[in-house]
Amino acid sequence: MNKIGLIIKREYTTRVRKRSFIIMSILGPILFASLMVVPALIAMSEDQEVKRIAVVDSSHLFMDVIPESEYLKFDYLENARLNDIKRTYSTGGYYGVLYISHIVAFEPNSVVFYSDKQPNLATKMHISRAMENYIRDQKLKTYEIENLDNILKSVKTRINIRTIKITETGREKESHTGVAMAVGYIGGFLIYMFIFFFGAQLMRGVIEEKVNRIVEVIVSSVKPFQLMMGKIIGIAMVGLTQFMIWVVTTFLLVTLASTLIFPEMNMSPTEQVISQDIMSSGPVEEYPEAEPEAKSEDMDEIMGFLSSLKDINFALTLGSFIFYFLGGYLLYGALFASIGAAVDNETDTQQFMLPLTIPLILALLVLVNSINNPDSSISFWFSIIPFTSPIVMMGRLPFGVPNWEVGLSMALLVITFIGMTWLAAKIYRTGILMYGKKTSYKEIAKWIRHS
Amino acid sequence: MKEIFKADKVVKKFINTVALDQVSVSIPKGSIYGLLGPNGAGKTTLIRIINQITAPDEGTLNFNGEKLRPEHISRIGYLPEERGLYKKMKVGEQALYLAQLKGLSKKEAMSRLKKWFGKFEILDWWNKKVEELSKGMQQKVQFIVTILHEPELLIFDEPFSGFDPINADMLKKEILTLREEGATIIFSTHNMGSVEELCDHITLIDKGRTLIEGDINEIRDRYRSDTYEIGFQGEAEKLRQSLNNHYKLLETSHEGDLQKARIKLLHHTTDNELLSLLIPSVHIISFNEVYPSMNDIFIKVVKDN
Repeated sequence: MNKIGLIIKREYTTRVRKRSFIIMSILGPILFASLMVVPALIAMSEDQEVKRIAVVDSSHLFMDVIPESEYLKFDYLENARLNDIKRTYSTGGYYGVLYISHIVAFEPNSVVFYSDKQPNLATKMHISRAMENYIRDQKLKTYEIENLDNILKSVKTRINIRTIKITETGREKESHTGVAMAVGYIGGFLIYMFIFFFGAQLMRGVIEEKVNRIVEVIVSSVKPFQLMMGKIIGIAMVGLTQFMIWVVTTFLLVTLASTLIFPEMNMSPTEQVISQDIMSSGPVEEYPEAEPEAKSEDMDEIMGFLSSLKDINFALTLGSFIFYFLGGYLLYGALFASIGAAVDNETDTQQFMLPLTIPLILALLVLVNSINNPDSSISFWFSIIPFTSPIVMMGRLPFGVPNWEVGLSMALLVITFIGMTWLAAKIYRTGILMYGKKTSYKEIAKWIRHS
Repeated sequence: MKEIFKADKVVKKFINTVALDQVSVSIPKGSIYGLLGPNGAGKTTLIRIINQITAPDEGTLNFNGEKLRPEHISRIGYLPEERGLYKKMKVGEQALYLAQLKGLSKKEAMSRLKKWFGKFEILDWWNKKVEELSKGMQQKVQFIVTILHEPELLIFDEPFSGFDPINADMLKKEILTLREEGATIIFSTHNMGSVEELCDHITLIDKGRTLIEGDINEIRDRYRSDTYEIGFQGEAEKLRQSLNNHYKLLETSHEGDLQKARIKLLHHTTDNELLSLLIPSVHIISFNEVYPSMNDIFIKVVKDN
């Protein structure tokens, strides 16, 4: 037992001190943090640019109809000719020219926006929605209905679908599909990446020992099984360390970035990003007349997002991530180790890698399906079958999975990894002392039978 | 004499071959025991069985009179033929790791390592990476790691390969010192010169079977060919004429004015009879029995088999 400890310690310390580990530990969080911060930053910087738009309204209907926002200003140019303005708008400091033809009420394609830049969707929606509403109101007014304004106000309804999940205990939980999908996908994908990355590291470590011929020295002191387990556990701890560094540093980086870049909002990083997204999409859905109302609805939506983030229960997600990472890694790790033992150099590994690669890639494909459809039967089966469950179950967990399914999936995973380790140990034991011969599947089958 | 290790009728089968077929060895305590045999004879398999890297299919193994157990590993030191170190690891750190795997405490391993590194004058390698060392340098580190836990039984598989003559000589001296200090040494090699120089017992195996085993002098005795080498002054022709058909002149040669002849006795004649025949014809300077070299025995036995 003490000897396994020594092996784990060596595997761990030599790997953690490697330059590649340090680089990964630094680059990973920067990448993740920028994935969160940059979109928010982009959304903000777009909004901060004030766009002045020249309006040439030959219908003379829309004077001061389109509401100005903080970053969108409209100048209604009277008696200006479109062709002149089109040439001079940019020297006049305009972002673009909005031309409204006089037949606008009957011909939807008669509004044109001229600019040397591509206006974003929000700007276009802002303009078209304001005009649509105005035309509709004007058309309604021709019917000469009394109290039209009040009637209009009272018929205006806005529907905002809240999804509420009824748990087994009967408790109702507000859920947010987008957040669950993101958390599920990121979790599943990370496990996929970690299994491949650290599995390959393990395999290379075994090949290194074999090629260096140090393995014979070591197995005269410890049992091959101890050596194999020591390596597997040591590298698992490296993986966990890397993951923890990523989580903590990403959190710190995002907090730091958000206090530096968005000092006005004193929210936690994820909340920050999400609220930024909502804010930037705000103008798209706003009705010009109902601005205060819409704002409060936006706030509701933000609160919904936030509460659903809290509902996702990060402790549980993190806990199951660690379980499935370890389970999946141990299951594949032993097999990666036995491949390393069976070959003499890295180029020979390819033929044996295929049976490991196929279920992993399949799991990744099913993961995409199961974040869209977490309760489909394909998601169910792939989250139970041990070779794919670590990845697929991570995709399903944020949506809530019945306890018995999680339990069954975990139990099967544990049983299978014990079985696989036992099998792999047989291959490993024979393989590490075999040199020169190119190994085939047939040969490996013999090793398993004879040891 | 008491045996430190005894293997009795050991059989080890691999998938397509029988690596060891009823092999028995008994290694006397304090001896330097040569394990000889051509490539693929089963030497490495036997060594791995002694080291408990692999288990035999049949047969019994005894260490110091007890049944061989996993705990005995800490009393055995093994320098494999195919030996290596972690290339990216520092020398000192690595030696410490391997010593701890053999069961030494970190403190003990450290003080012993410092002593040995000092003795071999390699203390300034401590923080170097192994890949910066030459092959001979790496061998020194490996040798230290092998003997550091002061094992009672040491197994060296082709220890001199990769050493230059100066370091090989130093290694030879260290091996002899270890024996004087009470260790038993198993020595697997093709190098018959070093076998004659160092070993007092040998076993010769080929194709998984023992061909000869025992005290090296007894074996050489057994393979005596009744051949004598005579150094003389005079004419070789005269010597030839004095011999009758009970003797066979194998070859003559000369170094300066010293003539040499090899003569084999036939038909139960004795060395004295040969001498008395020769004395009248030439002036005899030396008269020695030619013992077969281990190389000759090796080739003869393997070929005859």
